[in-house]
Amino acid sequence: MQEILDTLLMYLSRPFVQYALIVGVLIALCSSLLGVTLVLKRFSFVGDGLSHVAFGAMCVAQVAGLSKNMFIIMPVTILAAVLLLRVGKNTKVKGDAAIAMVSVAALAFGYLIVNLYASSPNVSGDVCSSLFGSTSILTLKPEEVWLCVGLSLGVVLFFILFYNRIFAITFDENFSKAVGTKTDMHNLFVAIVIAVIIVLAMNLVGSLLISALIVFPALSAMRLFNSFKTVTIVSAIFSVVCTVIGLLASILMGTPVGATIVAIDVILFATCFVIGLFKGGLKIGKAG
Amino acid sequence: MSLLTVNNLSLGYNGTPILNNLNFTVEEGDYLCIVGENGSGKSTLMKTLLHLQKPLGGSIVFGDGLKQNEIGYLPQQTDIQKDFPASVYEIVLSGCQSRLGWRLFYNKDDKDLAKRNMERMNVLSLAKRSFRELSGGQQQRVLLARALCSTQKVLLLDEPISGLDPKVTAEMYDLISQLNKEGITIIVISHDIGAALTYSKHILHLGKETFFGTKEDYLSSSLGKFFAGHSKEGK
Repeated sequence: MQEILDTLLMYLSRPFVQYALIVGVLIALCSSLLGVTLVLKRFSFVGDGLSHVAFGAMCVAQVAGLSKNMFIIMPVTILAAVLLLRVGKNTKVKGDAAIAMVSVAALAFGYLIVNLYASSPNVSGDVCSSLFGSTSILTLKPEEVWLCVGLSLGVVLFFILFYNRIFAITFDENFSKAVGTKTDMHNLFVAIVIAVIIVLAMNLVGSLLISALIVFPALSAMRLFNSFKTVTIVSAIFSVVCTVIGLLASILMGTPVGATIVAIDVILFATCFVIGLFKGGLKIGKAG
Repeated sequence: MSLLTVNNLSLGYNGTPILNNLNFTVEEGDYLCIVGENGSGKSTLMKTLLHLQKPLGGSIVFGDGLKQNEIGYLPQQTDIQKDFPASVYEIVLSGCQSRLGWRLFYNKDDKDLAKRNMERMNVLSLAKRSFRELSGGQQQRVLLARALCSTQKVLLLDEPISGLDPKVTAEMYDLISQLNKEGITIIVISHDIGAALTYSKHILHLGKETFFGTKEDYLSSSLGKFFAGHSKEGK
């Protein structure tokens, strides 16, 4: 036990582990906040779709040899987010189908481009690391950490300031629109914020595992709590705790960071599910 | 001036009209019931009145100082709401969103209004309960309380009794009548012609033939006789 603690302290004194913890906590916080809204609005898969778009954009940026690939990835992902979240209504292609299409297409083209114009000898290794984010969080530079801190603060501030409207629109968009709330504007902002979170989260867990960060904390909290405010706060806490545990565990055991965090999220969800069953076995039946 | 005047309104989706040349007025204190078969354009009309959708032609004029955002709305419940974690208080308070303006947070007046309307709809004791655990009738009363937070004048109700059992349905109709007596103008969409004939003052019948007039005129019209007779046989 003492040995593990010593190793842990040794790692915690290293800047790269500190950076990873800061960034991890912030991304976990942001993704869980918006996750509650996304899950409730049946947009759980948008995280998956957008992360693939971001992956595609990253491949293009890599091939084009851009050093600051954030400047390509961010606008492309924001554009995709705006399109996908709007597509839900009044269009020929319905929301889930549109997300599936965009997601698979971006993934395929990204991989294709990287293969055609391979700049490094280890293509599959590169792709694997951007998809699963194997070690990128442990190789953060200080300026990346600052960027992440800035953007995360922006997201949290946005969420707190517009909390009441986010709740109202999530619960009943038509009612909000009918009483004069500018729902389109809000949806646009939410789409932008989601895109920002996803691009940030790619550094942490890689694009394939972002969905988990968005979906699991929200679903776990929803099993146990009944008001929107509590669910939001608790899911943020769950997300941060799981990420910290997952991150430390992965460092100690040498496992992949993203996969470890998601595994912890899944365990938490299973626990919440079981507790939820005991707490209100009738609840689920009644709701139907 | 009428509260609401609809002139030559044409409604539809994607440029295909469902309804043409619709004309009717709603006076203050009125109880208008909009009836018609499925697909006759009832919900489209409601959405257009609420500015959720643009009309293909014609106009809707608000009078008597009624503003667009002063209409209270009781929508049909959505799938999203069935497992939505939200307390009754949170939902009713969200009815105050039109009062927010440029403010970000609800103030004491908003919170008091929400509490008064919960009391009015007899759901104050449920304030901390979760919406998804309530019975259908309780949920409708919570949503009514929310609608009342956004209006002093007009309530639009979209199928307010769908999915309710007969006893709760009767309570719901009584509650709506009570609000009408308190001076709130009611516009309700319903399949239930029987109830429409019991409670409403004016009837708007949409379909192949369109009728607008008082309940008494409707009953003596051929359209009204056919449908009213039908609904009695149904019972």
